[in-house]
Amino acid sequence: MRPLLITVALLALLAGLGFVLPAWIIFLLSLAFARGLAILSVALLLRAGLVSFGQGLFFAASAYTVAFVMRAWGVREAALATALGTAAGVLVAGVTGLLLARYREIFFAMLTLAFSMVLYGILVKAYALTGGSDGMAVATPTIAGLALEAERLRSGLYLLTLSCTAAVAYLTFRYMNSPLGYAARAVRDNEVRLEYLGLSTWGTIYLTYVLAGGLSGLGGALMALNVGHVDPQLAYWTTSGEFVFVALLGGIGNVLAPLGGAVVFEILRAYAFKYAPYIWQMIMGSAMLLIILFMPEGLWTIYTSAVRRIRIRRWSWRRLG
Amino acid sequence: MNTWLIIAVDGVAFASWLFLISVGMTLIYGVLRILNVAHGSLYALGAYTGASLIIAYFRHDLWPYGSYLVLFGAALLVGVIAGPLIERGLLRWVYDRDPAVQLLVTYALFLILEDAIKLGWGADPYYAYKPYQLLGQVQLGGIAYPRYSFLLLGIAVAAGGALWLFINRTRFGKLIVAVIEDPEISTAMGVNVPRVYVITFTLGAVLAALGGAFTAPMISVAPGIAVEVIVLAFAVVVIGGLGSLEGAALGALIVGIVRAAAVHHIPDLELFAIYLVMAAVLLVRPQGLFAREERRRI
Amino acid sequence: MRKSHIVVRSRGIFAGMLIGAIILSLLAACAPPVTVPEAGMGETPAAAPAAPTAGAPSQVKIGIVTFLSGPGSPFGIPSKNAADVIVEALNAGQAPAPYDQAGIGGVPIQLVYVDESGGPDKQVAEYRRLVLDEKVDLVLGYVSSASCLAVAPVAEELQKLTVFYTCATRRIFEEASYKYVFRTKGTDLVYNVGAARYLLKVKPDLQTIAGMNQNYAWGQDSWTAFRDTVLQLKPDVQVVSEQFPKLFAGEYSAEISALLVARPDAIHSSFWGSDLEAFLIQATPRRLFDQSIGVFIIGEAMLPSLGEDVPPGLIIGAEGTHGALAPDNELNRWFTRIYRERYDARPIHPAYHMALTLFGVKAAYEKAIAENGGKWPTQDQVIAAFEHLEFDSPSGVIQMALANGHQAIEPMAFGITGEFDPAAGEVKLTDRMVFPAECVNPPEGMKGEEWIAQGFPGAKCP
Repeated sequence: MRPLLITVALLALLAGLGFVLPAWIIFLLSLAFARGLAILSVALLLRAGLVSFGQGLFFAASAYTVAFVMRAWGVREAALATALGTAAGVLVAGVTGLLLARYREIFFAMLTLAFSMVLYGILVKAYALTGGSDGMAVATPTIAGLALEAERLRSGLYLLTLSCTAAVAYLTFRYMNSPLGYAARAVRDNEVRLEYLGLSTWGTIYLTYVLAGGLSGLGGALMALNVGHVDPQLAYWTTSGEFVFVALLGGIGNVLAPLGGAVVFEILRAYAFKYAPYIWQMIMGSAMLLIILFMPEGLWTIYTSAVRRIRIRRWSWRRLG
Repeated sequence: MNTWLIIAVDGVAFASWLFLISVGMTLIYGVLRILNVAHGSLYALGAYTGASLIIAYFRHDLWPYGSYLVLFGAALLVGVIAGPLIERGLLRWVYDRDPAVQLLVTYALFLILEDAIKLGWGADPYYAYKPYQLLGQVQLGGIAYPRYSFLLLGIAVAAGGALWLFINRTRFGKLIVAVIEDPEISTAMGVNVPRVYVITFTLGAVLAALGGAFTAPMISVAPGIAVEVIVLAFAVVVIGGLGSLEGAALGALIVGIVRAAAVHHIPDLELFAIYLVMAAVLLVRPQGLFAREERRRI
Repeated sequence: MRKSHIVVRSRGIFAGMLIGAIILSLLAACAPPVTVPEAGMGETPAAAPAAPTAGAPSQVKIGIVTFLSGPGSPFGIPSKNAADVIVEALNAGQAPAPYDQAGIGGVPIQLVYVDESGGPDKQVAEYRRLVLDEKVDLVLGYVSSASCLAVAPVAEELQKLTVFYTCATRRIFEEASYKYVFRTKGTDLVYNVGAARYLLKVKPDLQTIAGMNQNYAWGQDSWTAFRDTVLQLKPDVQVVSEQFPKLFAGEYSAEISALLVARPDAIHSSFWGSDLEAFLIQATPRRLFDQSIGVFIIGEAMLPSLGEDVPPGLIIGAEGTHGALAPDNELNRWFTRIYRERYDARPIHPAYHMALTLFGVKAAYEKAIAENGGKWPTQDQVIAAFEHLEFDSPSGVIQMALANGHQAIEPMAFGITGEFDPAAGEVKLTDRMVFPAECVNPPEGMKGEEWIAQGFPGAKCP
């Protein structure tokens, strides 16, 4: 019960913030959640001991699907476009996963990278269809059938992004605590023992991979709707690389850690851009190093150490009292 | 038939460049088990240092062929200073961490160095092409080729050969092999593992800088050159098999030839060439061409 | 064990600091923005306005977006340098007529810079921050066409005047029409139509052409426009090789071999940035330009950097009449002088684009003030004044003629590299020829592709 309560409370808080914070921060948060979903998918794979440098594959496949169904089929409804985009992510993961589930470690990483770079190449080359490297526009969506004015549309998209993220975060939490979730962790710890237990390593990895593809797909669709423009950069290896780095920065022990990491990263980068347009990379790099060296489990350490401290204090008060 | 000769020459020329930029990465991975993203930054540092020293050298009207020694000097300078600094100052703190975290550390270092280079050298490009033009051209198959490409080939062969001899025929090389096999047992046997690590990393850094220094005369040394070589080097190293010297050489050769063939026959495929080769090799040989099978530990 | 204990403690302190920083930054986001004086700008006291404009703000804040890092910075940094030196002079009222009034209508200009790195989604977020947080009066910038295409609809949504200064894709105004978006320079189409016409003027017996372009939209667009124009004007020409190396590849030996084998009469290249120089460094010693004419549609940027090593006989363009191909007018002499005094270099064409865009904005504002009876204009009045504006610049007169007055047309100049001029530190351009804007630009409402396919209806060429 408790995780559901926490999710609902956080959701209410964040939805409320949507009416308080300035519009550009809201937009930043929307982007952070959209990327956060892809980062969460990287974290899922990391829990199974797999590093994917190619989540951009699903992210871009889904984002372009959204742009295409809006242009070609005239789809306007944001929820429908999101669902179609996510489906594209699942589909691509379902196909590539058949090949990839055999691979581990750096070979898995490099193959995922190769696949996403091939998609990048196709998007750049299919100029007549995709607008090449300049990308293509995503039409203005309707939300629940309503054509909204600019500012309301932003709030609507924020709420859509938020609710999708919250729902998926809860489902992912349930997954992590399901037998399949534990099996994925066992893959990282010891595959051979897992097989002795009668579980299929291949199947576990395949399912995790497809799930991760769906999560990235959802993120990509939300990204396309929020930004209003898609470009091949979404499939480039640096995009996927960033997902991995933020996942590690946020921590992978928990559902909220990668999402929180995404928000912190986005805000940190916006401020580095604002106050140090010349050396923002240096600032980001230094922040990363500090986090890695002093917080081995990622930013989530802040939460766990705070909880521990409160517990210790409570306990000592009780004893004193 | 003539085109195939040209493709072979172009392919080998590109391959020798690829080998130079990736051999350091495979060495470091082989021993330290760290995939070094900052390899690109060391390459860029080598290129910038090489370019500025070359510019200064030619301003003084000295013996022009000495400029090649200057490029070697630049690579040594960068590697010997940056290598130990990075290994002792940063990497040794993360040896017991997850491989992904180690990757992240080198990525953070890459970001920092990227801006540090910009602060040090500015955003204006540097041109140091005198050594490139100095050697003139040769005619091959009716086409002029710069002799510099063959110099690069020579350096690549020499670097690869020297490294192979160093690892397989010297006492220190045997220590390296021991550390690769099992760092813990090596420590127990009295091998100074940290020393092996720092020397190997420095060697890798020198090789990265060497690649950069000898690339500098054929390009304009400008911001952003670091990121371009990282994924190329990754791909070559993975195709060959991580940590394998022979693999890096063969990987570079395959990528070089395939790319040259694409340029001459199907230019549209050039963008995909390296990734297609990588995907094809990994699908057939998941460990890369030369890597040893890992033991399965229960 | 002991060690990890220390780590835990310092981790706690650090964590506290980080939480604090995040809370502070969120608070700062809600608080009214603090304006940080820009380096090199804040020191110059604004000259007292000659005739204070009624209802004027204390400053005109312009957000400038260009590449401050990465491979785009050889374009971005000269642009930023130009903006710095020009705005400083404008604020001090030191620019020549007709721009001698201090600032804009007596109101000092303040600049805020944003790095264009990070891709279109990052740029959309940064654009929103500029408008909503920094509260700039207008946004000026963008090198990458992808940034421009992504930002244009957002400018309409946020209703903020936005001027693109150097991105070139014709898709912006061909695919949509905008109220708040302007572009003060021509499109990729114009450079390539001009280059093709110039090539056929210099070499009327052209038989074969080849392309060497970066593998992304700019390279693809440039090559098709050039190829189709040549084929339209001289249908018997053969295309013998189409090379598309990866953007920022840096190593071109295989492509150069392929071009040497193909032996075309002319090689078209839209290379820019460090790729341009790398290609030239590698191709020249292999005598590529002894057997083929190189047509570098924006090759002007390499003249100062490669100096005496630019081979003779290359056709060089500059995205219009900029840099080495700029006209000899007073504004140009003044601009090159103040730029050289500050940075010890000649401004290259992106710097000219930045300069002329700033002058265009100033001209539009001041025209709007005049039309508003001397009172400070609303944004809509500035936009009305900007549409169909004609203004002086270091690059000559710029006309906002297309896309309902939102898209500029520029004349196109080309020249051929000749002897090295030690005084200038670069090679001289000979056979300079200017195609009037009406010759190289399609008429209003016609797409570039159709215009070429129909044989350039309405083109007035010398």
